[in-house]
Amino acid sequence: MTTKRWSIEFDNVTFGYPNQNAASLADCQSLTIDIKKWQVEENQNVFISGQSGSGKSTLLNLICGTLKPTSGTISILGQAFSELSEGKRDRFRAEHIGVVFQQFNLIPYLSVKQNIELAAYFGKGLKIAPSETIINICNQLNLPSALLQKPASQLSVGQQQRVAIARALINQPELLIVDEPTSALDTSARDSFMQLLMDSAKRYQFTLLFVSHDLSLAHYFEKHIKLADINQAWEASE
Amino acid sequence: MILSIAIKSLNHRLTAVLLTMLSIIVSVSLLLSVEHLRIQAKDSFGRTISGVDLIVGAPTGQSNLLLYSVFRIGNPTNNVSWDSYQALAKLPSVKWIIPIALGDSHRGFRVLGTTNDYFQHFQYGSKQPLVMAQGTSLVSTFDAVIGSGVAKKLNYQIGDEIEMSHGLADVSFTKHSDSPFIVKGILEPTGTPVDQTIHVSLEGLEAAHKSESEIHEILHQIEAGEQVDIDVDSVTAMFIGLNSKMQLFQLQRGINQYKKEPMLAIIPGVAFAELWQLVGNVESLLLFISALILFSSLLGLATMLLTTVRERRQEMAVLRAIGAHSRVVFLLIQMEAMLLSLTASVIALVLVWLGFQFGAKWLSAEYGLFIENSIFGLRSLAIIGIVSGATFLIACIPAISAYRQSIQNGLTSK
Repeated sequence: MTTKRWSIEFDNVTFGYPNQNAASLADCQSLTIDIKKWQVEENQNVFISGQSGSGKSTLLNLICGTLKPTSGTISILGQAFSELSEGKRDRFRAEHIGVVFQQFNLIPYLSVKQNIELAAYFGKGLKIAPSETIINICNQLNLPSALLQKPASQLSVGQQQRVAIARALINQPELLIVDEPTSALDTSARDSFMQLLMDSAKRYQFTLLFVSHDLSLAHYFEKHIKLADINQAWEASE
Repeated sequence: MILSIAIKSLNHRLTAVLLTMLSIIVSVSLLLSVEHLRIQAKDSFGRTISGVDLIVGAPTGQSNLLLYSVFRIGNPTNNVSWDSYQALAKLPSVKWIIPIALGDSHRGFRVLGTTNDYFQHFQYGSKQPLVMAQGTSLVSTFDAVIGSGVAKKLNYQIGDEIEMSHGLADVSFTKHSDSPFIVKGILEPTGTPVDQTIHVSLEGLEAAHKSESEIHEILHQIEAGEQVDIDVDSVTAMFIGLNSKMQLFQLQRGINQYKKEPMLAIIPGVAFAELWQLVGNVESLLLFISALILFSSLLGLATMLLTTVRERRQEMAVLRAIGAHSRVVFLLIQMEAMLLSLTASVIALVLVWLGFQFGAKWLSAEYGLFIENSIFGLRSLAIIGIVSGATFLIACIPAISAYRQSIQNGLTSK
């Protein structure tokens, strides 16, 4: 057997938010996530689809370490991630995981450059990220250098999404998580965004986890996982 | 790095930030001025008179006698007879005695009738004597010695004539015209009510109240070089210096129980303390009110930040996504609060300094309060420290709220 390296490993992971209408201690938690076994290979492109309410954002928060599983273990890049302290998980996320949201990826009152620098600050402790690196990454993402000094709030949504990728790439993450990034884009912008994303994945060699309900995007990816198939909590409640 | 985010974030919401800042500037300025005035007023009060063992006047309140004899505030209720003055002056325990007569004014400045003992024995601050800057003390009946403030304000030189009016108003109906006092001396600045006083002889003051023809007669006599005899009936108060402090209480009791005329003798230090208790209460109240106003404007700051916390959910989620600990979120809100409050405090300090720079003259002219503009001191620093501490505590409300929100929401900004 060849030993494969896993980027993400879920082992008997459950998670439930405290139920606010709990009548007794017994049902004070209803599970949102219940994943027995799930693994993502290193450098794989994975498309995760699921309807809203299927636990997508909870899954994201678990992988990023902003939530801690109620039981079970999550390992990221071979590290038993969910066992780490909150502070260590934050550091780990800053160094190894890039995140791109659906919208509002940037801090509106900072310039594009400052937004990217801020990520470098948290990721590598760099007070000032090397400008060349920033300009290089931006050029690869079709972002003209003139944009760098503009406040993030003045950019178009498409531009903001690309800056978000640039911001994620500045720390050369091993894992990039992208959450519904195209829902605010029109078709042509969406296609060019996807192309850029896939090119970057090839160039920078990271594991890409793409979460969306838009199944028409699935053909870009090596693997397609329906969240409902792995998350038994959702199945059970259906 | 977080500091620069905080600055830019504040800059982003400039209108709300400026309004909040304005409210903090006003309240900190108030607190600083009240505290500064409190200390300075006490100092200023304490340094107006020194080396005087007893102040004697007609029976009235202890504070009242002190106020009108030393500060020239208010009006004397009654006078003390010349006979009593002479009786006291002859006592063996009395080293020196300064009679003073008040009640007249010249263009808003008090006129004080006295003898040359005043210039010799009166002391202020820490036993500093009065020093003549120019000219001489009183020689002839209509000589006048003016304080430095009078000389400066009215631009008087040695040899200038002074006209008197009854009462304190600048324009008075009963002007004692033809009572030409002449400036003979100008005193060095003292930082006490002496600066705002015109000193004349008791005889001169008495003569000024006589009819026009009588004054003319006196003037002729002076011109002819004749000896002028003017009877002085009474004085307003007396400052007494003793040979030995041991006799202080004995003499005070003696004067208070004097059979021939009812009189009141007070010990300046004791009277100061009593007066200060009175004024001190008002000041504590003012200080308390200022603190309340500060508290309310800091609450305004907290409210402003708390409203933004909800608007900034996405921003917090972004910070968390790029690896910021939720502590960073707490820190960011705290830093914004501290930046705002510290900037406001510094601006307030400068404003108060400017205020005292321009207001000091008015206070000294109007109330005889001499304010030293030492606002950039340890005490102001302590107040700003307290303001910062209070800001930190109050800003914990929005900061903790943002912290909790960021833990709860994680990367979810919806």
